[in-house]
Amino acid sequence: MKIGLFIPCYVDALYPQVGVATYKLLKSLGLDVDYPEKQTCCGQPMGNAGFQNMADELVENYDKLFKDFDYVVAPSASCAAYVKLFHPNIVNHECKAAQKTMDVVEFLHDVLQIKSLPSKFPHKVSIHNSCHGVRELHLSSPSELNIPRFSKIKDLLQLVEGITILEPERVDECCGFGGMFSIEEPAVSVRMGTDKLNRHLATGAEYITGPDSSCLMHMQAIAKHQNYPIQFIHVVEILAAGL
Amino acid sequence: MSTKHTIAAEKFLQNSEKVTRHDQTFWSVRVKRDAQSQELPEWEELREAASQIKKHTITHLAEYLEKFEKNATKNGAIVHWAKDADEYNEIVMDILHKHQVKKVVKSKSMLTEECHLNDHLIKHGIDVVETDLGERILQMMHLAPSHIVMPAIHITREQVGRCFEDYKISPEVGNYDPTYLTRCARYHLRDNFMTADCGMTGGNFGIAETGDIVVCTNEGNADMSTSIPKLHIVSMGLEKLIPDYKAMGVFHRLLARCGTGQSTTVYTSHFRGPRPGGEMHIILVDNGRSKILGNEEHWQTLKCMRCGACMNTCPVYRRTGGYSYTYFIPGPIGINLGMLKDPDENYHNLPACSLCCSCDNVCPAKVDLSSQIYRWRQGLDGMGHADPMKKFMSKGMQVLFESPGLYTTALKFAPIANHLPKFITEIKLNGWAQGREMPVFAKQSFHELWKKGKVKA
Repeated sequence: MKIGLFIPCYVDALYPQVGVATYKLLKSLGLDVDYPEKQTCCGQPMGNAGFQNMADELVENYDKLFKDFDYVVAPSASCAAYVKLFHPNIVNHECKAAQKTMDVVEFLHDVLQIKSLPSKFPHKVSIHNSCHGVRELHLSSPSELNIPRFSKIKDLLQLVEGITILEPERVDECCGFGGMFSIEEPAVSVRMGTDKLNRHLATGAEYITGPDSSCLMHMQAIAKHQNYPIQFIHVVEILAAGL
Repeated sequence: MSTKHTIAAEKFLQNSEKVTRHDQTFWSVRVKRDAQSQELPEWEELREAASQIKKHTITHLAEYLEKFEKNATKNGAIVHWAKDADEYNEIVMDILHKHQVKKVVKSKSMLTEECHLNDHLIKHGIDVVETDLGERILQMMHLAPSHIVMPAIHITREQVGRCFEDYKISPEVGNYDPTYLTRCARYHLRDNFMTADCGMTGGNFGIAETGDIVVCTNEGNADMSTSIPKLHIVSMGLEKLIPDYKAMGVFHRLLARCGTGQSTTVYTSHFRGPRPGGEMHIILVDNGRSKILGNEEHWQTLKCMRCGACMNTCPVYRRTGGYSYTYFIPGPIGINLGMLKDPDENYHNLPACSLCCSCDNVCPAKVDLSSQIYRWRQGLDGMGHADPMKKFMSKGMQVLFESPGLYTTALKFAPIANHLPKFITEIKLNGWAQGREMPVFAKQSFHELWKKGKVKA
């Protein structure tokens, strides 16, 4: 199985360790993983701001780079969702690469269906169910819907030895990042983030973990500003812990 | 990078306790809604049915409108058609003049807000009394509703008490006990019901098959308004039509559960024709609705039944209040309806969405609220309302992301930003720095690590 690794721009620049963990984990599962070097961004920042038309070339480039892989895996639910759901509309044609793009949680849970992991993480973690992970990719059951409850993130984390998994009250309320929203509505965004952080803290967790480093980045920036005693870690870093 | 909403929101957020109260009040309604929905195993099927029925009805609207008019007329009601707010207000005035009406009692109607009916009536010397308690409080305070279902929930009981004292409704000065204040309101409203010449109601549903109007309230004020005066005027938007009572069953199960977390409204009143010796008028109002029907990207807003669930779940609405929006309907549906009404005035509300998509999941008619907001944003540049800073940033990203070479170079130099002094990175332009520390660039990007062969299994 040939896997294309998509490391979105901000993960690339700010959280390379998340990319490294993804690569290690996929390789440890015996997969053929490659990282096409000419990749940049999924285009969501522009689309979010109202300029998705400026992302058309980038979308074509993404399709060209990744179309021949069996799967494209990204450690970022929001970016994977943007590729999957928005790319075809931006360029007005079917995008092969977009159809094969998955968030790493989705890929491990649904495609590989892994049942064991060698990793250990003897800590209390609070899961951050990010909006696009929940409501666009269905990594967990959205709290608004009357459907059987599930969480692919929890399923995977439960394979890790020593971990204590917690979830905050208001289990999938938005943290207020929202891309351009965070700088256009800073007052609301920071308030949402502070509220969310406090609910995570109330679980007694040592770490906040989630499938989107963007939400984690936002909450981390607030936590740092207010000296909150909590750490942040991407789900895939926990799954790859000890590799 | 600010609009009327962002400015108003920042101001609202300065009072942290008020924000907490507002957020918790509406979140508790969301929680009640969730509990109600969990009690019905067929919940998601109901939502899908509601969505399909609305889609069917509004795509066969001409047919159903004629059917409704025929049946309502057969029942003895008089049906009027208003193409816009002006025409609507004139029709109401004509009816009131003909009956020499001096006082009107009204049950809650967002359509009359939309058409500014009260101002029009008052200008013509008519005494208008809102009878929904929340609406009445706001009317006395000269305020607009801040939510479409719970219009005055942002007002405290102390404020209500003082207002009642000013209007000589509350004789016990300083008594802010809710039961006491409710009794004061009850006496006050009873007097008005007894002396009114006309009762006006909205219509939650118009049933084409029978010509019935269905009005849902919790206070019974629509029934009081129509049980004493002999003249009843119903005002209803074209999109409130549904085919038959089978469809009514679907909507009735959804409306209160979504809106207030009740299994049903306390009163669900079915009006079919005038009272003996009286008259019943039904005014069907277009006011831009038929134009929305032809709008490929936004026609789904016509499926909305005004339950308010999208506001209750919206994390931005809950923390910024109804008055932060420029349109009289706030929250996700209000952002969209405002754009359809007057984009030049209401584009200010488009930033008020983090695209969390929660509204899409609570909407009983499955209106694609967040997708519509995303689409409106794409159109802003064409309307001349794009934020220059956002356009500049997007253009910059386009240049950067279209050129992998430039992108890798930028990555290499990005860590320098980590060492810039705070006064540069936290300039006012940088909204991020308000309450947040800057993120730290990694010494080596993933790109660089990969190139150097440092990414290993």
